[in-house]
Amino acid sequence: MSLLRKLSLALALSSLSALASADTTLLNVSYDVMRDFYKDYNPAFSKYYEAKFKDKVTIQQSHGGSSKQARSVIDGLEADVVTMNQSTDIDAIVEKGKQINAGWEKKYPDEAAPFSSLQVLIVRKGNPKGIKDWADLGKSGIQVIVPNPKTSGNGRYTFLAAWGAGLKQAGGNEAKARELTTAIFSNVPVLDAGGRAATTTFMQRQIGDVLVTFENEAEMIAREFGRGNFEVIYPSVSIDADLPVAVVDKVVDKKGTRKVATEYLNYLWSPEGQEIAAQNYLRPRNAAVTAKYAKQFPSIKLFGVAEFGGLKAAQKKFFDDGAIYDQIAAEIAKKK
Amino acid sequence: MKFKQSSVLPGFNLSLGYSLLYLSLIVLLPLAALISKTLGLDWATFWAIVSEPRVVATYKVTFGASLIAALINLFVGLLIAWVLVRYPFPGKRFIDALVDLPFALPTAVAGIALATLYAPNGVLGEPLEKLGIKIAFTPLGIVLALTFITLPFVVRTVQPVLEDMEKELEEAASSLGATRWQIFSKVILPTIFPALLTGFTLAFARAIGEFGSVIFIAGNMPFKSEITPLMIISKLEQYDYLGATAIAVVMLAVSFALLLLINGLQWWMAKRLGRRK
Repeated sequence: MSLLRKLSLALALSSLSALASADTTLLNVSYDVMRDFYKDYNPAFSKYYEAKFKDKVTIQQSHGGSSKQARSVIDGLEADVVTMNQSTDIDAIVEKGKQINAGWEKKYPDEAAPFSSLQVLIVRKGNPKGIKDWADLGKSGIQVIVPNPKTSGNGRYTFLAAWGAGLKQAGGNEAKARELTTAIFSNVPVLDAGGRAATTTFMQRQIGDVLVTFENEAEMIAREFGRGNFEVIYPSVSIDADLPVAVVDKVVDKKGTRKVATEYLNYLWSPEGQEIAAQNYLRPRNAAVTAKYAKQFPSIKLFGVAEFGGLKAAQKKFFDDGAIYDQIAAEIAKKK
Repeated sequence: MKFKQSSVLPGFNLSLGYSLLYLSLIVLLPLAALISKTLGLDWATFWAIVSEPRVVATYKVTFGASLIAALINLFVGLLIAWVLVRYPFPGKRFIDALVDLPFALPTAVAGIALATLYAPNGVLGEPLEKLGIKIAFTPLGIVLALTFITLPFVVRTVQPVLEDMEKELEEAASSLGATRWQIFSKVILPTIFPALLTGFTLAFARAIGEFGSVIFIAGNMPFKSEITPLMIISKLEQYDYLGATAIAVVMLAVSFALLLLINGLQWWMAKRLGRRK
């Protein structure tokens, strides 16, 4: 055998053996601000899985706007699991792409949402405008930065939080809620397409007096821009945003990855998974972990999307074309 | 039919076949898919979607800003091409290469860079704000981004024509007593006009479809600084594929009509100038 042949044989063999021990690869299609969490979670899960099942697993991540990511899955991106910021995005995959079977929210505890976040107010250092609650956001002379509710889940939660605050205030009703929400949105000078872009507008361009965003995004801002540059204000009441996950049935059945994908999501509810979530300022479900991190999660009055009959009903009532948000936007444009 | 004898060069059938196949695959097929998708809508729904006041406002912003940007580049582009062709100066090659930069730069990068520069706390935005001029997050920002993105089109279409122009014609005109303005309007302009118009058309068409750079600097306020491509994206975010394609078809139709109009104008000009000779 010539040296060359020996060499190529050795190469072929080694690549074969590489194939034989090739790890299972999972693709987790997720939304924008989950980047930091899964960076910590994935290695922890791989380690756990290898110890328990003597098998290696590699996890690939894809991030982007929540609805955009769901659309990629509908259009054929082979995700094993999806981890989104709105249940409506997973429902869309169920309805439009049929890659996920109906009833996904029953497969895990807590409606398949291993953690939650809520909308907080971020103000400039020292809170020069004295912003304390939603009502302050509607006052004249205040500039509010929020992402566009038409293109961003974060923006939709902001809108719902403001509307809910209007309902919950003393003597609140639908008309009052609309009044408050209109006042707040007429103070918006720039509508960014997504949560990260809104953060950039507020922190880097220094536009606006207050940014409304998720609690865990506030922690990202602290890591990125330094803790001394802003303050987090907890309003008297806010919206509880459940962050749901699901196995993509069609893909895992085709790839034979159902077991590992199911385990991957299951582990999110384990004490380790919950602790990583808490470290990334996502509110955990596990009571012991919640107690341990109680200090960083001030307890405030929360309402869920159930207040609006679920996200699907809220989408229809507020955000569909010609619905309340569009009407408010038109009113504001007319006034200016 | 004299179809085959139109050229003495061989391979006409083959090359025409290739061209048609290529155009069909790359251009016609996606467009046909787009139009066939909108056929899922009945006329009343289609009209309701595309004539919604908020969407109509975006047409005005998109086509208006694109037109202004293309007009700015019509003049500035001609000027740059003229300088690059007619005058020798140090650093000319560098400037020449600079013109293509807006082509090469990812549009999102351009948008973010412009927004950073012209934001109220930006290097240029801050002094301008003191003068009472706001650029970033206003319709003016959209024009700025589009002007940047479409700069190369006019320069690159006019430049080769200017280079090939016979200087003798200008010298002859001059020796026959023509004024500078007469030389420009009667000798130079008619020669470069078709190229100028092509550059203008390309710039205009490119600007209409631009999304990446505009989105970062527009501010995206409803009825004020929303562009039509944003409407398409926001329909997609609601999984409203049909609504998105309906607006896309309107953009396509208007762009096609405008391109046809300008091409027709060009043809008419060429014919008129041809007869004069």
